[in-house]
Order: sequence, then structure tokens, then C-alpha cells
Amino acid sequence: MATHQTYNYDVLVIGAGGAGLRAAIEAANAGVTVGLICKSLLGKAHTVMAEGGMAAAMGHNDDRDNWKVHFADTMRGGQYVNNWRMAEIHAKEAPERVRELEAWGAVFDRTPDGRINQRNFGGHRYPRLAHVGDRTGLELIRTLQDHTVYLGVTVHMEHTVIQLLMDGGRASGVVAYDRERGRFHVFTAKAVILATGGVGRAYKITSNSWEGTGDGHALAFRAGAELIDMEFIQFHPTGMVWPPSVKGILVTEGVRGEGGVLKNSEGRRFMFDDIPDNYKPQTASDAEEGWRYVTGDKSARRPPELLTRDHVARSINREVKAGRGSPHGGVFLDIAWIKEKISGGEAHIKRKLPSMYHQFKELADLDITTTPMEVGPTTHYIMGGIKVDADSQMSSIPGLYAAGECASGINGANRLGGNSLSDLIVFGKRAGEYAAEYAKSSGPIKANDTEVDKAIKESLAPFDRGGRVENPYKVQEELQDTMQSLVGIVRLEDEMKEAHSRLQGYKERWTRVGVSGHREYNGGWHTAIDLLNLLDVAEAIALSAIERRESRGGHFREDYPDKVAEFGTFNIMVKQAPGGGIQVSRLPLPAMPAELRQVVEEQQQ
Amino acid sequence: MDATFRLWRSEPGGAGALTDYKTPVSEGMVVLDAVHRIQAEQAPDLAVRWNCKAGKCGSCSAEINGKPRLMCMTRLSTLDLNKPVIVEPMKTFPLIKDLVTDVSWNFSVKKTIQKFKPRQPDAPDGTWRMAQKDIDRVQEHRKCIECFLCQDVCHVLRDHGKHDEFIGPRFLLYAAQLEMNPLDTADRLHDLKDKHNIGYCNITKCCTAVCPEHIKITDNAIIPLKERVVDRFYDPVTRLLRMFK
Ligand SMILES: Cc1cc2nc3c(=O)[nH]c(=O)nc-3n(C[C@H](O)[C@H](O)[C@H](O)COP(=O)(O)OP(=O)(O)OC[C@H]3O[C@@H](n4cnc5c(N)ncnc54)[C@H](O)[C@@H]3O)c2cc1C
Ligand code: SF4
Ligand code: SF4
Ligand code: FES
Repeated sequence: MATHQTYNYDVLVIGAGGAGLRAAIEAANAGVTVGLICKSLLGKAHTVMAEGGMAAAMGHNDDRDNWKVHFADTMRGGQYVNNWRMAEIHAKEAPERVRELEAWGAVFDRTPDGRINQRNFGGHRYPRLAHVGDRTGLELIRTLQDHTVYLGVTVHMEHTVIQLLMDGGRASGVVAYDRERGRFHVFTAKAVILATGGVGRAYKITSNSWEGTGDGHALAFRAGAELIDMEFIQFHPTGMVWPPSVKGILVTEGVRGEGGVLKNSEGRRFMFDDIPDNYKPQTASDAEEGWRYVTGDKSARRPPELLTRDHVARSINREVKAGRGSPHGGVFLDIAWIKEKISGGEAHIKRKLPSMYHQFKELADLDITTTPMEVGPTTHYIMGGIKVDADSQMSSIPGLYAAGECASGINGANRLGGNSLSDLIVFGKRAGEYAAEYAKSSGPIKANDTEVDKAIKESLAPFDRGGRVENPYKVQEELQDTMQSLVGIVRLEDEMKEAHSRLQGYKERWTRVGVSGHREYNGGWHTAIDLLNLLDVAEAIALSAIERRESRGGHFREDYPDKVAEFGTFNIMVKQAPGGGIQVSRLPLPAMPAELRQVVEEQQQ
Repeated sequence: MDATFRLWRSEPGGAGALTDYKTPVSEGMVVLDAVHRIQAEQAPDLAVRWNCKAGKCGSCSAEINGKPRLMCMTRLSTLDLNKPVIVEPMKTFPLIKDLVTDVSWNFSVKKTIQKFKPRQPDAPDGTWRMAQKDIDRVQEHRKCIECFLCQDVCHVLRDHGKHDEFIGPRFLLYAAQLEMNPLDTADRLHDLKDKHNIGYCNITKCCTAVCPEHIKITDNAIIPLKERVVDRFYDPVTRLLRMFK
């Protein structure tokens, strides 16, 4: 039997992005013992990369904004398959969560009257994103990290969780290994919070870091939890397309929020060509009105570049397919043009979009203040995830909570930009609060030794097979290619079925992946372990996408290009079938209360 | 085209050696791409830290041809590929394996700095008012991605190993940012002088030179802090004398 060390906490948080850190803070403040586990060093989680801002209806830049407008925008963006209660809580609580960050040391950009400045973003009716230039995620994570370290939370950095432990139907802890030395550790906890982020690494072109392998999704799934909305993946319209090695790296929507326009090879602003009916009343009728909007004219309507991401991504796809793309297979995003409109434009661009300036200068040798960028869609975010109770964030397994990107409900079929960072702090807090409460009121748990031994043994199997069998990097790459080409931005039943059958092949190969060398910081071994999660998540995505025979939000079916009312009445749910495999079902959406329905209708105009 | 990368490879806790790997390179590639390719095709157990591959997380710090840099922001086109590209781990921190070092010291140092303590809110709703111009400097300091390259290059740590006495440029910057935050009311000057030994810094500016975020660590953070310390703890005459020392 492999030996291991054991730790006990009341609340154990898996993940140190915005959601995990916020949860840890809340739980620690509730007076319980808290452990925090993350795959990377503290402060490096994916949240650090977020750029544009966090959405909260504080109304600093436009006092017409309030929670109702934010709620309605979120529901419209999600095409009404969101969990209305989560959207409501989120819209109501986000302002308070943002203000709290300031009390903890965050330094947001200011309005002329000295308050937190808010910027425009796609799908948000009013300027709503609190931001710090284009490095808002860094500000968020650093603020939370620096606040957490003084609270007595024990942080286990560079540890990967490989198994959730159960005790009589209830979550009881996890098994993890530390990446540095490759030793195993068992953590028992009365409540476990998953805050493991997204699944972008299931695709070839992605804005996500290596951590986005859907671990929380897969761990929960394998423990028997329910996942919903897995077909809804957000392809961000603007990722870098050149040079090849940076393909997929994000170009913040903030560029468009500051006046950047999209053009095809003919120099045409193609976004004006196709504006969905439900957004027509809110969209500018010409370039001039669009410009007035981004410069703060309250009577103007927003430019079509700021339509929802699913729509902009598909429009770009269309231009490229029609042969009107840029030299490297994208379209042009031009912010330099605003120099015609404002004096000191160059300095303005550098001040508003410093890291974009830096990113293009250093990675593509391109000056965005003089030259248009080339951009194309990149896998960015998963709306789907662990199904949770809206108020408490508890999953379908008692004692197991989920928050942030790995949880699902608030975004429906498409997430609005900026709604993730605010989601992290609103629901991270709630998860921490309810998990602490649960831990206080529930009896002791123990780790199941058989489960522990099994998990350790399985994870070491690749070493027994050695380095001459299947290469984990290779299988991962093929999986990414398959998902990219067959379950991507435009989907077809046959292609997805093909993807599903290839996934079975990768699964079989996974049982043969082998690694060489020692357990210390062994990249190959880490990849082999993450691969299992990617396989489970990819299959859940493919099967959910096959089941939704319509097009909605991030899910576009070429064989069913229209939205179908009936499909707007349920979420697609996946769960592990009793004998293994995946069980797909339809979960009716709860009815929205009359007063919220009214809010949605009032905001329709 | 092929290029040779000379990577530091080590046995856990033991000896190591620079090892050559030849790998194809193409336009636009950065050092991290080449290292990843080597990892996927030739050295699957190679240890390398990274996250964002976009210069935003500060994970991939290393010494490339002897210079502390981010692997993901070092384009191959800026290097001479006729010679092997040497990639080594940071020297100031204990080695774990290959290119990965133990940077945990940095996390414990941060805890020794007094935390942010805001003044009473300005408005009844619990919020504050601040002018943008009053926070520009603080925001510059807060751009830090904690890559610890400045710590790696600072001779007080690198050559003199004063990890127990000196907090290094990263944390002087951290303290400066807190001290300059218009809302903050804590006082860190005493600690800076006696506990964190800001005096050990002799303004060589090596830290500023390597900062991938182009933060003017020395001019905009350390020197102003030094001035505050001097103003508080030394009389004008001593101050004058010190300046000419
Ligand atoms: C480039 C980019 C820009 C973005 N910009 C914005 C924006 O402007 N506004 C916005 O609202 N959203 C934005 N997003 C989306 C947003 O950043 C993410 O959705 C959000 O940060 C996810 O946070 P999280 O806390 O859920 O998880 P993450 O920040 O992804 O953190 C996950 C944590 O879980 C840990 N973990 C994962 N698996 C394991 C395991 N097996 N064991 C132990 N630990 C594990 C990881 O180590 C990490 O600490 C952006 C995303 C990207 C990629
Ligand atoms: S300026 Fe000071 S802190 Fe920076 S490297 Fe030189 S001695 Fe170290
Ligand atoms: S100050 Fe610059 S060099 Fe130092 S840790 Fe921060 S980003 Fe890195
Ligand atoms: S990988 Fe994030 S800075 Fe290099």
C-alpha cells in the first residue's frame, strides 16, 4: 500500500481562482478551519488572466443602471435557459461584492468624481464593468490572495486532487498528490467546495491555461453528481490568430468596448450586416452612433461589435469561410482608427489597454496603436458545469459545493463578458458561507481507505507501463483536434457522433498511457492524470450537444440552425450511469416568478 | 529549421547537467513553445512551470542565456539560434527539478508585511472617493505578476543570500504600493528599516532592468520608500552625509 499524509479541515476548497479564494475567505470568517488546494502556485490560477472587468450594476457611469437591468441582460444573453434565481442573486449582490474588494485593497480605475469606473461590454445595456485597465483578473486574484493569507487558511500549492472521497453518500474529502515531489495526501473535510475553473484544454485553440482540464467537472461527475448545460461552450470572438504559437490567446472585448471595430478583408464593418431581431432596438444604426455610445453618449445605442459573443464569433466565422478573412484566417480588429476621433489617441489606447498593447508588441511584433490586429474565435469558457442549488451552491451530493466556472446555472446558453468575475465573488462567497454552516452542523466523517488505496494505485499505473507505450501528450493532442474540428463552433450530428466514437478510442488508449522517470514534477505523469478528466468532460460535451437539436447561444447546430421554443424549457443534464457510461436527460427549468418575468418584459424595449 | 536548446536537467535532490535537445522551430515561437515541444516529443518528464503563456501569470520564469526572463515572452527571433539557447532555472531559489525552483520563500515573506488597513469610508454607503491621478502610481506597482525575476537578479539575495534579513525588490514594491495607497492607514516604515532592511538595497536597478511588466521598481517604489524612511528616522545632516557616502 502506498503511504500518504493526512490532513483534516472543516471546509476544504479545491481551487484558488477567484471563486475558491472568495469561498475560503468566507468560510474562514465563519470560524471553521479551512484548507485550500490548488494545482499551481498561489495567484497563478486562470483568473489572473481575466482582462476586461467584472459586471456589477453600481450605476456609477450611468445611473439608469440597477440590478433589474443587469438581471434582464443576463437572462437575455443566456437565451432564457439560465437558472433565474442565480441570475437574480448575482445581479443583486455583485455591487456589494465589488465594493468589498476595495475595502480589501483593490485599486480600481476611477470616474472623474472618484468612484469606481465602469466600462461598456457586450450584452450589457449600460457601462457596468468595474475594471483596472485590462488586467482586472490580476487585481481580483491578488486582492483576494493577499487578504486570504492573513486569515489562517492553510494553502497547499501545487497539489492536484485526483479523487473525491465519499462517506455514506456524503462528500468527505479528497485524495491529492503534490506536483513537486509526487507524494500522496489525503484530506478529510466535512464540506468540500469545488472551484476548479473551466475545460478550455479540451480544445486545440483556447484562451485557457493548462489548468483548464475540467477536473472539478470530472471529479464531481465520477462521484455521481449531476452536470447541466455542458453543450454550451463560449467561443470568444477575438483570440489572436498569429503567430501560430500564440493562436487562441485572448484579445479582450475591452478593445471593442473602447471603440475597436471589426472589419473584413474588404474593409467592411460586417457586424452591421446581421443584427439579431431581439437586439435590434438596442443596437446602433450606423458607425457614428456606435462611436457616440462608446464615448459615453447616453442617447446612443451600442455598436454591433458589442453584440453577444456567440453572435460575434459566428459572424467572424462566416466572413472567414466566405473568403473575406485576414491573411492568417481571422478578421481585422482595429482600435488604431480612434486616433481620427480623439487627440492623443495613441496614449489613450496605451492607457486603456496596456496589456493588449504589450501582448501584441511582444508576441506579434505589432503596434495596435497604428495597425489593426488579426483575430478569430477561441475556446474561452464553459457555461455548463456542476448543477448547484442557487442559494447555497450545494451540488446534488450532500456536502459537495461548487462555485465559479465549474458550477453551472447563471449563464444559460451564453455568458456575458464580465459576468464571470462577478459570479466568482458572489457565489464563491455563498459557497463558503453555506459550506461552513454545513460543516458546523454535521457530524464527523472519515476517509474510506479502500477508496484511497484504489485512487493512488490507479494514478501510479502509468509508471508501471513505462515510457514506451501510449504518449499522454499525443493522446491529449488528438483529443483536442477532435473536439476542435467536430464539436466546435458549428456543429453537426454526424460529426459529433464521429467525435464520440473517437473519444471511446482515446479512452481505451488512456488505459495504456505510460510515463517514464520519477514522480517528482513529472510533466508526462501530470498530463496523463489530467487526460482522464478531459476525456470525461469531452464526452459529456459531445453527448449534451447531440441531444440539443436546435441552436441557442454558444451551441450552434448547422443541421438545426434555429432556436426551438420547446428546447427553451429544459436544461440538458448528464450524470454517470449506474454501470458506468453517461446518462443524458432533460431537466425542466423552474418557472420564473411573475415579478421577475415582468422585469424581463420591462427591459425588453 | 532546427535549433538546439541546452536545458538544465536534474535528478531529484541531486546532480544535474545541461542537456542539448534539437527541435524544429518556426516563425513566432517563444522559448516556452520550444520547451513544450521538447517535453512532448523527447523529454516527457521534463519539469517546467507555466500557466498563461501570455506573460500574465508570472509562472515561467527562468534564465535564458543567463538573463532572467519569462519563457513565454521570449521570442526565438530575438535570440541567436546559431548557438544553443541555454535555459536554466532561477539561481536565487532552491532547485526542485529541471527548470522548476522552490519559490515558497516569497510567499512567507509577504506575510511579514503589514496588511492593507483602509481609513473610514468617505461616503455613508461605505465607499471611498479617490482621484485617478492619485492612484496611477499604485496601479503601476500593482501590475506585478509575481514572477520573482527581480528577486532572482537582486545581488543581496542572489550573491549574499540575505533571504532571512532582506525582503527583496518584489516586496519592497509591495510595501510601497500599500504605503502609497491613498486609503491605507498602516505604518510600515519601521519594519522596512529594521525588519525588512530596505537599507541593504544600494540602488543598482538590476531589478528594474528585468521586470517583464516594466515597473520602475527602483525609481518609483524603492527610492521613494527610502526617502520616507530617511525623513522619518534620520535628521537632515545625517541624511546629507549619507547621500555622499
Ligand atoms: C484570457 C481570459 C480573459 C478573461 N476575461 C474575463 C473578464 O474580463 N471578465 C470576466 O468576468 N471573465 C473573464 N474571463 C473568464 C474568467 O476569467 C474565468 O471564468 C474565471 O476566472 C474562472 O475562475 P474560477 O475561480 O472559477 O477558476 P480558475 O481561476 O480557473 O481557478 C481554478 C483553480 O482550481 C485549481 N484546480 C483545478 N483543478 C484542480 C485539481 N484537480 N486539484 C487542485 N486544484 C485544482 C487551479 O489550480 C486553480 O487554482 C476571462 C478568461 C480568460 C481565459
Ligand atoms: S536596486 Fe536594490 S532591490 Fe533592486 S536589484 Fe539593486 S539592490 Fe536589489
Ligand atoms: S516587480 Fe516585476 S520582476 Fe518583480 S516580481 Fe513583479 S513583475 Fe516580476
Ligand atoms: S506562462 Fe504565464 S507568464 Fe509565462
